[in-house]
Amino acid sequence: MTTGKRESAYRNDAVIKVTGRARYADDHTFPRMAHCVPVYSDFVHAENLSVDTREAARQDGVLKVITAADIPGAVRFGQIERDYPMLAEDRILSHGDVVALVVAETREAALEAARQVRISADPLPPLIDPEEAFRPDAPVIRPGTKNNIVNHHKIRRGDARSALAACDIVIDHTFRTSFVEHAYLEPESAVCVPRPDGVMEVYGSMQHPFTTRRFVAAILGEPLARVEIRTVPVGGGFGGKDDTAAVVCARAALAARLCDRPVKLTYARQWSMRESYKRHPYVLHYRMGLNRDGRVQAVEARIIADAGAYCSTTPWVTWRSAVQCCGPYRVEHVHADVYGVATNNVFTGAFRGFGSPQVNFAVEQLMDMAAEKTGLSPLEIRRINMVTQGAETITGQLLNNHTVSIREVMDTVAEKIGYEEKRARSSRGKGDPENLYGVGLAICYRGASLGAEGMDFCSAVINCQFDGSILLEVGIHENGQGAESAMILTLQEHLGVDRGRITYRQPSTSSIPDGGPTVASRGTLMGCGAVVLAAKKLKKIIAEALADTLGCAPEKVRFQDDAILGEADDQRLSWDEAMRQLFLKRVYPYSFAGFRAPAVTWDEETGQGDAYFTYVYSCQAVEVSVNLKTGRVRLLNVVAAHDIGKAVNRPMLLGQIYGGIAQGMGMALMEKVETEGGVIRNASFRKYRIPKAMDLPEMTALIIENPDPTSPSGAKGIGEPALEIIAPAIANAVYHATGRRMDRLPIRIEKEDA
Amino acid sequence: MEEAELGNEIVEISMQVNGVSVVLRTPANRTLLSILREDLRLTGAKEGCGIGECGACTVLMNGKAVNACMVLAPKADGARITTIEGLGDEARLHPLQEAFVKHGAVQCGFCTPGMILSAKALLDENPNPTRLEIREGISGNLCRCTGYQQIVDAIEEVAARKQGEES
Ligand code: FES
Ligand code: FES
Repeated sequence: MTTGKRESAYRNDAVIKVTGRARYADDHTFPRMAHCVPVYSDFVHAENLSVDTREAARQDGVLKVITAADIPGAVRFGQIERDYPMLAEDRILSHGDVVALVVAETREAALEAARQVRISADPLPPLIDPEEAFRPDAPVIRPGTKNNIVNHHKIRRGDARSALAACDIVIDHTFRTSFVEHAYLEPESAVCVPRPDGVMEVYGSMQHPFTTRRFVAAILGEPLARVEIRTVPVGGGFGGKDDTAAVVCARAALAARLCDRPVKLTYARQWSMRESYKRHPYVLHYRMGLNRDGRVQAVEARIIADAGAYCSTTPWVTWRSAVQCCGPYRVEHVHADVYGVATNNVFTGAFRGFGSPQVNFAVEQLMDMAAEKTGLSPLEIRRINMVTQGAETITGQLLNNHTVSIREVMDTVAEKIGYEEKRARSSRGKGDPENLYGVGLAICYRGASLGAEGMDFCSAVINCQFDGSILLEVGIHENGQGAESAMILTLQEHLGVDRGRITYRQPSTSSIPDGGPTVASRGTLMGCGAVVLAAKKLKKIIAEALADTLGCAPEKVRFQDDAILGEADDQRLSWDEAMRQLFLKRVYPYSFAGFRAPAVTWDEETGQGDAYFTYVYSCQAVEVSVNLKTGRVRLLNVVAAHDIGKAVNRPMLLGQIYGGIAQGMGMALMEKVETEGGVIRNASFRKYRIPKAMDLPEMTALIIENPDPTSPSGAKGIGEPALEIIAPAIANAVYHATGRRMDRLPIRIEKEDA
Repeated sequence: MEEAELGNEIVEISMQVNGVSVVLRTPANRTLLSILREDLRLTGAKEGCGIGECGACTVLMNGKAVNACMVLAPKADGARITTIEGLGDEARLHPLQEAFVKHGAVQCGFCTPGMILSAKALLDENPNPTRLEIREGISGNLCRCTGYQQIVDAIEEVAARKQGEES
């Protein structure tokens, strides 16, 4: 275990970012570039929509006002269901629906003209409560569907009902979470350029170039090969620049195609907050049964996630919730139903954590409640129930292909923070009501990468130049997390070359095969995996070509110290010399390799299968002080440990942990998208507060490395594990401080009168 | 975008931007941020909110950190403006820029230019801040990626170095 404090950080893009030279989407301009803005309606739910664009189109500087009728390709698109109208047709299903686009010479002119678009429709009552929408007699929101249930995932294992009836203790509790805004600091932006060769070129702020390409191709009705998504720096995503951002790119591309000019569409913060999907609010009803010895026997769970008006990735998000609905614990009898339910609220989709923070919030508090009821310590009850090497998960998967380290991880954190001693001196509601103290912790495992959600593969190209420099390209996107740097470091290690030789070639969707989305903490695992395999291939090519020169068999050729060596150390070619030799032999030092994730299995009916090919193990603990007079909860200390297989870029890894904790802290204590009748009331940074430097304490992050055999580089991922358990850790700490259970997010302390 | 109170009558303003004199005619209701980004193509200052809440647009105006999205053109008349582009370049990084790189204080980088300039203003005023004072000093700058820890580390290192120089 290491904390790696002093190591100097490496990022290939750090210098251009600190000097302000990095060009994000909105920093791009092109000759003759026009500007586009979206037009919204005041409706939340309405039919018979009609949009009169004539007056707007007459305004000074306006080039075109676009509605759904102008779309040459698909109006509706989506990653799973094609239900999202890129421009509204005859209906409005949510307040974020865009009804038209205004394209003008300047942004000001476009904004001015947008006010002149006349919109009328027949309003319908909005359905905004997911539990109501779930009822069989609820009006159906989405045309062409039978009811409002977007999806239903089940876990059926053993006989939970009978097992619960036989338990000594049954804990029955409902938890609720809220809509959360990603609040990436850069709002969505896209610049689309119709090229003379007919290709639509896109510079966009988005996480997934390949997903974006599908959206753009769909709206234009053009093949994938005629759309090229370029990589530009992205000002944060956290899952939030998936379909939402792809749609912004698609709209800009539509405008560019129709006007035959470069078009920029940059979102204002309030549009971004109004329209972009949020984290799903969940209602989680759990019944957990255990025996007096602390062994959990059975869990029954009914979980409803508010999908909002459109499907987006709700079926995938809620699938993860189902797989992980019992936390990292062995439970023989499980009966769980997880539903995504459509409402007229803002839609919900991918957000760092992806369905795990909500279930962890419930399960990790249930474990603390169970500890109290059985008289065991929260650590002890977790030890009794947690998965061990070779154990079977609730989906029937045997954890035998990697190191199951949850105990090591938890014990590390508990010791570092001094959990037992601090728990003993927690206030439990006694003492100074303005300064109650408590400690709390939570643990989890997280299935790595996509699991049974999707096709999981990714590729890398290594293109060595004859002058000794090296181009590396991978089908994983840099979202700010440091993906490119991790790939470079991996290549450096596997080729044994100086890092300075390697230039990361920012791929476009036309230069490298679809590597899947950069989501699910899969960037490092899949991307570095592909780099390792491509490096292997490359070394084989080079070894075979140079074996003679080095006087040894190809298998004996070694790559180290920026050179290529035969068996003896004096049989040595510098890297530069080796490349010259390859040139003379007319051999390309070039390789392409794809990494296919190990197979996973899933049975939708029983919810059984090998859901993920490996797991990341995490524990976070916090200390808090609670002021009952002001209702303020202050975070005093955080200690986190994660077994991520192998640290590729330690300072960046630490940064991911700190950043994940900060976002999780926001969700726990500060953040809630307030809606009223389907309208968001706090769509600005003035009203929607995210953590500032002052809101956060000093944090300690501990890295645990058990290299993972399923990952070619040994590394797994950290993006999401870092965020997904801080809320229950805080809730448990607040309980130890106040004696009050916090079953809602964000946590609100009812103020006591002075 | 908040409606500016000034009208769109054309005003002439002159500024020193990164040491270069600039004279331009612009509608009075335009912000310093849009002048920098659009007219002068200095895109290092970013727009994260447009209402003075995120600090992504921070520049130094007469040595003080300001949110450029909240400064209307006439207010900038006669001012000395430093943007991130004027602080240092690849060959000669400012110590703060260097420290941000070294400490891994940069992720997506969208907050970074503003954060560094706020840090500069802070250290110019208080060369020896505590970690808590650093946190206070950058509390007008939101960062959604880093959790601020490595940013504080970076600023602290520069402060300590400065202090070393002085004693
Ligand atoms: S853009 Fe100026 S403070 Fe946010
Ligand atoms: S590095 Fe992304 S907002 Fe600060």
